[in-house]
Amino acid sequence: MSTAADATRVEEVAGRVVTDHDPRRVPVQEFLGACFDAGLSWVHFPEGLGGLGVSRGVQASADAVLQAAGGPVPFWLNPIGYGMAAPTLSEHARSPELARSWLRPLATTEDIWCQLFSEPGAGSDLAGLATSAVRDGDSWVLNGQKVWTSLAHRARWALLLARTDPDQPKHKGLTYFVLDMQADGVRTRPLRQMTGQAEFNEVFLEDVRIPDEHRLGAVGDGWRVAMTTLMNERSAIGAGGAERGSGTIADALALWADRPHRRTPVLRDRLAALWTRSEAHRLTAARARRTATAGSPGPEGSISKLVTAEFNQDVYEFCMDLLGPEGTLYGSYEVRREGGREADWRGAVQQRFLRSRANTIEGGTSEVLRNILGERVLGLPGDLRADAGKAWKDVPRG
Amino acid sequence: MADTEVGTEVRPEVGAAPAEFDVTEEQRELRAALRRFCAQQSDAAAVRRHMESDTGFDATVWSRLGHELGVLGLAVPEELGGAGAGLVEQAIVVEELGAALLCGPVLGTIGLALPALVASSPGPLRDELVPPLVEGVRTATLAAPERAGLFDPHAITVGAVHAGDGWELTGVVPQVVDAAGADVLLVAASGPEGIALFAVSGTAEQVETDPLTTLDLTRRQATVRLREAPARLLAGADEIDAVLGHAFYTASALLAAEQVGGAQHLLDVTVGYAKERLQFGRPIGSFQAVKHRLADMLVLVEHARSAAEHAAWALQTGSDDPFLATSIAQATCSDAYYRVAADAVQLHGGIGFTWEHEAHLYFKRAVTDAALLGGAEIHRDRIAAAVLDHVRATPGVPPVADGRA
Repeated sequence: MSTAADATRVEEVAGRVVTDHDPRRVPVQEFLGACFDAGLSWVHFPEGLGGLGVSRGVQASADAVLQAAGGPVPFWLNPIGYGMAAPTLSEHARSPELARSWLRPLATTEDIWCQLFSEPGAGSDLAGLATSAVRDGDSWVLNGQKVWTSLAHRARWALLLARTDPDQPKHKGLTYFVLDMQADGVRTRPLRQMTGQAEFNEVFLEDVRIPDEHRLGAVGDGWRVAMTTLMNERSAIGAGGAERGSGTIADALALWADRPHRRTPVLRDRLAALWTRSEAHRLTAARARRTATAGSPGPEGSISKLVTAEFNQDVYEFCMDLLGPEGTLYGSYEVRREGGREADWRGAVQQRFLRSRANTIEGGTSEVLRNILGERVLGLPGDLRADAGKAWKDVPRG
Repeated sequence: MADTEVGTEVRPEVGAAPAEFDVTEEQRELRAALRRFCAQQSDAAAVRRHMESDTGFDATVWSRLGHELGVLGLAVPEELGGAGAGLVEQAIVVEELGAALLCGPVLGTIGLALPALVASSPGPLRDELVPPLVEGVRTATLAAPERAGLFDPHAITVGAVHAGDGWELTGVVPQVVDAAGADVLLVAASGPEGIALFAVSGTAEQVETDPLTTLDLTRRQATVRLREAPARLLAGADEIDAVLGHAFYTASALLAAEQVGGAQHLLDVTVGYAKERLQFGRPIGSFQAVKHRLADMLVLVEHARSAAEHAAWALQTGSDDPFLATSIAQATCSDAYYRVAADAVQLHGGIGFTWEHEAHLYFKRAVTDAALLGGAEIHRDRIAAAVLDHVRATPGVPPVADGRA
């Protein structure tokens, strides 16, 4: 079926959902549940799992109808859940029943999800992670420490990558699990960041048991499963604003409008350059959406993530330069935990500026993303790897 | 922005037009046909031969583009002898010609003269001039002053006076692209009723086109000297703004497409080189310093492509403000092509600085394209004038911390 026909179909379905479950009247969980049941949560998923089996490019058509009627942007209510967990679960859960049992409460935002990948010793080199999972009958026993976990303090479920075979080279000894954050032995501690806030956590795992049924993919195949998650993460992070002048650039434009006495010709050119870049990025994202197919996003999603991250930093650097001495003031470094990931972006310009420094680190550093673009899109040869072919346990760490 | 009505008038039939950026099968075939043609008729050796020739291009190759491939008038309506396809298709052609660095009056004839003619009022002069240009048997260019890709009536250097049934033009126009050897010059001149656009025969004895040595040998320029040159009126004072507005907007969109073609070619060539060139016992593309530069080039090319395609689409369908759409494309593509070309030279190392290697030809085209119809800075200035200068404080200003919790 053509994209145009798909778009018409999802718009019709969305129209029925907002008629039967007016998002301005019914509770948000009921509305999002209705979206899931109608197949509008992730239109490219199979029917029954929150999708309609159509091309992912037409998700925007469904969202436009739902949000015009007053529906929430579900991504912001459960970002890891919607952006990363859902695609991974729909593709890799052991049975459709199990996938459905996770996906529906994820979609309604009843269950918040988090992601336990990074570790103190494994950042860009994620495949070098050390958290161990040891088989014990029908379950696995986990020990280790995870870090940079958004929403761990509110999450019911986590995506988790652990080492099941330290004798294999690093990529081959990993297995992917879904962890119940309420299980015994899971301890979460807030991790305070540059902004003063603590949107991330450290998570300690001590003899935590996971039933084998909650494994995603084969034993030792965790890296491949994790790729589904990471490609979706990058494409979710990189999704730009759909309207001219929307997204991060809106902050700079509004501030420019509000502070005419601070304008200079040099700042004017910088803002015009930023505006032009935001247009080029917006048009590129629109082009990517139109060519998107039903499958997982490809490495091209890395372009968008790379650009968005550096663009955000440049926008807030501009804002700080426009503010001048005002920019040297701050609101409060008192830790507030409510609101999760979004809170930092709702803060003052100075706080948004500080927060943007993480953009080129989280979800793949810009350096790693340039490697991905070079190797997976342009087909350039990989760098020399000191750990190639070595058993993980023999690779130096620190 | 005065051009919107003209854009509407010349808009081809788009009844079943696909959504923006949806590539049709016909467009894929068009691109493939152009690529085959350029590989045969304008390979690296041919480009060097043509750029060092007197005329600067091969008239036979140019005419084959017209009468064999039929790709010179894709945005020209059928009743004028064109294909009536659209600017999006014409942009695909110009992109491929730019990728091959094909020598010929691409900017003068396809970019400027034909759009100016198409936007002019119907009449026998237009009916006479357009078909041979579409056929590729004659060439033309536009001699009208421009600033930042917009017609600049204050910079007119040619005067027009009545002479019998027609007109005579006198004056000097500096740096006219594709003027030497052009059969037809469309000249903006100041006359008793205001500024108007005239058609002048390039071969008339009162017309001199002095070739200039150009930085980019594949795109020629000349000084046009007119001494009481016989001229025919094409567009009067009441329509010249609309006519030249359409011409310069179209040329800007097509120049952006050409920039995309050149930048994509350089990216492909440089990636290929980085995979093959060995230093320290390994391909240089495995070094992150090289790989990351290539990744940045990829981002530049992708952004340029989006902006250029949007400009062509916006002009064809009237779906966006042509003033902004062309400035976004020019600001993005001028910058992208130049940076990609500079990086291509750098990543090729010593060989990239030689006369023998093709990198310098594209580098010089990139510099020239960036300057023609306004560089990135001047287009950002245009954007700022439209988007920033008159903006008033609105709700939605992000909070600014004042040091008090």
